[in-house]
Amino acid sequence: MDILNYNHSVLSVLIFSPLIAAGIAAFIRNEERLRWWTLIYTTAAAAYSLPLYWHFNLGTADFQFTENAAWIPALHIRYALGLDGISLLLVLLTTLVMPLCVLASWRYIQTRVKEFMICLLIMQTAMIGVFCALDLVLFFCFWEAMLIPMALLIGIWGGPRKIYAALKFFIYTMAGSVFLLVAIIALYLKVGSFSIPDMMKQGPLFSHQFQYWLFLAFFLSFAIKVPMFPFHTWLPAAHVEAPTAGSVLLASILLKMGTYGFLRFSLPMTPWATQHFTPMILALSVAAIIYGGFTALAQTDLKKLVAYSSVAHMGFATLGIFALNEAGLKGALLVMINHGVTTGALFIVVGMIYERLHTRDLSKAAGMGKMMPIFAAFAGMFALSSMAFPGTNSFIGEFLVMAGGFKVSIPMMVCVVPGVVLAAAYMLRMLQRFAYGGVHNPDHSHLQDLGLREIVTLLPLLVFVFWIGLHPAPFTRVMDASVSHLLAEVGPAKGAQVAMTARTAPADLAPALGVRQSSGALETSQPLLYATVPRLQPAQNPGAATR
Amino acid sequence: MQKINDIRLLLAVLAPLIGAGLVMVTGKKRPNLREGCSLLASTSLFVLVASMIPAIFAGKMLHYTVFKLLPGLSVSLRADAMSMIFAVCASFLWMVTVFYSAGYMRGLNEHEQTRFNVCFALALFGAIGCAFSDNLLTLYLFYEIVSLCTYPLVAHHQDEESYESGKKYLTYLTSTAKGLVLPAMVLIYVLSGSLDFATNIHTGILPPGVHRGLVTALYICCILGFAKNGVMPFHNWLPSAMVAPTPVSALLHAVAVVKVGVFSTCRVMLYVFGADIMHKFDLGLPTAYFVSFTIIAASIVALSKDNLKARLAYSTVSQLSYIILGVALLTDTGIEGGLIHIANHAFSKITLFFCAGAIYVATHKKNISEMSGLGRAMPFTFGAFALASLSMIGAPPVCGFVTKWYLVNGAIDAHSIAILIVLLTSTLLNAAYFVPVVYSGFFGKTSEADVKHKFTEAHPSLVIPLTITAAISLVIGLYPQFLMHFVQHVL
Repeated sequence: MDILNYNHSVLSVLIFSPLIAAGIAAFIRNEERLRWWTLIYTTAAAAYSLPLYWHFNLGTADFQFTENAAWIPALHIRYALGLDGISLLLVLLTTLVMPLCVLASWRYIQTRVKEFMICLLIMQTAMIGVFCALDLVLFFCFWEAMLIPMALLIGIWGGPRKIYAALKFFIYTMAGSVFLLVAIIALYLKVGSFSIPDMMKQGPLFSHQFQYWLFLAFFLSFAIKVPMFPFHTWLPAAHVEAPTAGSVLLASILLKMGTYGFLRFSLPMTPWATQHFTPMILALSVAAIIYGGFTALAQTDLKKLVAYSSVAHMGFATLGIFALNEAGLKGALLVMINHGVTTGALFIVVGMIYERLHTRDLSKAAGMGKMMPIFAAFAGMFALSSMAFPGTNSFIGEFLVMAGGFKVSIPMMVCVVPGVVLAAAYMLRMLQRFAYGGVHNPDHSHLQDLGLREIVTLLPLLVFVFWIGLHPAPFTRVMDASVSHLLAEVGPAKGAQVAMTARTAPADLAPALGVRQSSGALETSQPLLYATVPRLQPAQNPGAATR
Repeated sequence: MQKINDIRLLLAVLAPLIGAGLVMVTGKKRPNLREGCSLLASTSLFVLVASMIPAIFAGKMLHYTVFKLLPGLSVSLRADAMSMIFAVCASFLWMVTVFYSAGYMRGLNEHEQTRFNVCFALALFGAIGCAFSDNLLTLYLFYEIVSLCTYPLVAHHQDEESYESGKKYLTYLTSTAKGLVLPAMVLIYVLSGSLDFATNIHTGILPPGVHRGLVTALYICCILGFAKNGVMPFHNWLPSAMVAPTPVSALLHAVAVVKVGVFSTCRVMLYVFGADIMHKFDLGLPTAYFVSFTIIAASIVALSKDNLKARLAYSTVSQLSYIILGVALLTDTGIEGGLIHIANHAFSKITLFFCAGAIYVATHKKNISEMSGLGRAMPFTFGAFALASLSMIGAPPVCGFVTKWYLVNGAIDAHSIAILIVLLTSTLLNAAYFVPVVYSGFFGKTSEADVKHKFTEAHPSLVIPLTITAAISLVIGLYPQFLMHFVQHVL
């Protein structure tokens, strides 16, 4: 029986069991029991999802753990699920972050606990669904289903301006989804089915004009979700007002859906348009890195600081994706995971400060480290991770993204460098305040250091910080096959480099100049650099792309 | 060259880290036990390092991979002749400093001594890690650890001045490392597919055919990016770091931290770019000319400083560039002279700082103008100071002379009259800012206030270490062969 086989039912179980858990939660009255029930369920789901990693076949780029059944036959809508190297880690990240979200809301959420936990569980269904869906309508359902519980999380349990933030979040993402819906319908009319694998296969055959518009529709939708500069303004508002668990979900999982969308839809379905728009998106990514860094440096509100650092980190993710080479793509995937771990942890840390001081103001929180050494140690490690200190997870991700970026254009990466320095500046500034500042603050000596629950919340994330930072192979190897496959789809025989070089050198000359598609080992694209570096002007000149 | 896997390398790097942990645990309540832990860590580090010397003299290279990150990218350690020069000095001087530091911090009743000792051990962890790095990534990792762990030491007094200095310190060091070294490192990885250092000083790791402009840009990023080397214009963090307690200035800002900068610079020059590429693209002599400016300018600034530690700081800035200058000459004698100065400068400059600290503990005087006649009250301290000054000036028979001898020979081999003039001028300048201190100390008139005070030598825990380091400066000046042996293995 298929249903009893782990590999053939695991995704459905992961997607729908949270709904059942939410149903049961609706009947639990005692708030403490409710918390325990949600914690136990989410932990069990996390444990249940772990074998995905071991059962995952590293050798293929095909979708695995697939399920396929007719859903609405009249419209060729199917219930299709599957995972590949791109989505596997994101699903695991989601299941593993959920128990931590519950733990982080243990004391933070005191009103309407039941509704809160139900919202969290519905979110889990929708988030895992988005990463697993292989049918566009199914995908869109999950994509939209996420909006409402998230808006509720912000709007009910949020801070003083929660309604404003929830509305802004809702309107922005809704606006994006409209374009996504348009793109989905256009694709259906073209392909005749909603199957994502079918569309990925047919993508290269679409006419350039169709790809052009399709890409733009996808781009708007995903860029808002990422959020890419200049579509990011909803993010700080939402983060600042959201409760800790909301911020963590938002940062760790929801932002990844934008970049996941680029990887799943934009790149394989519109390869020509991807290459066409690459310079513009790279320019926006660089802008996000610099802008996020500068803005974070200016913040006194800790949540805003972390929120703007997210903008910069997601800039690295999009930069890596649109570098369109192996190092860049792998780096981007790692940045996505790392950002989920590190920024999620930082939001939990900020939540812990808020629970104690009822403020997120950096100057008021200054000097806490003196009274709370364990807290300071955790905050320090996560801040170091966020600034890509070598030996931590972000370093590997950003290193790969930078390597990928350098293969595209050296001048572009020179523009990124200030962003890297800024990351160190704002994180070290925050750390310095925690450890030393606060001479004029009211006495902090009543503050209690982290309790067992809080340590348990942060410890798993810290383990991942160093695990990915020091031994990334288990994480990178699941990506290998899918990334190579994706690269092959995006540009058979013409990488992004060719698209750029073609402006100054005829495309058929490109191979002779040493320009070739980067695939296989990182070293294979060495000659590329010498040949293309002097001619990559379009990459630093976004105007050329948008004309 | 024979490569041998050896776990001693890992143990040596871990020794200070474990030491830091022990210091933290023993903590505030038992200061003697805490100092004992520091001593234990430093001694075991020295023993481990010393135990590797025979293998290095036998021409072997020890190697240990700690973590494999990506293809061509790992955290791995190596011990070769060049790393040993630095590691031997740093580990030995740490032992000496433990005594000195205990005497100094207790003598002044400093606060947060546990934090101080923990960070001290962590800084040594970073320094030893740099010395034993097998690739650019490992070097960068430990380099950053040193930057971070020394911040609490610079900001130790926790007043406006030390915060300002700490901020400057971190700003200079992390922004250059992140802004220049990191991108250069990524680009080198993209170009050559690996960051492992070459096994000789000639070939480097860059593949042939890389564009000249690109190599030059990478090279400049590396020279300026390792700002701990004190090369102008990114030298200003060092004088401001002098607000730290004197043991920090002595061990870290004369030996460990600054040598990490210089060592990294030389490592990259010789083992990433390699002498061949530096010759091919004419990078050597221009570098020598560039750092010559630092040598002269810093000496002139030192002349103007009345604060003894500030004068020593600028002297350090100037002397560090000797090392880079020697290596940049790319002649055998030049490289020998440069690398041997890592050790020579370490022993002499730590003596000078020890003296400055001893004078401060005994008399609470910081300015040279107030030290007139003190030499008669503190003969050991000022005697050691005089000896170390001679070494800085480069007079025989103290170890600084060995450096000067090789550097001058190197400049002659490189046919550069300009470098000879620089060496000569800087020698005169060194004499100009050190001799007056010694002279007024011994022969100056004791001020009336001082006559009443009747100053005497500081506590023996301060005086004995500085006598030892001064004596070693003399010994390695008379018998330079032991250290030269290492240097000759580098070539």
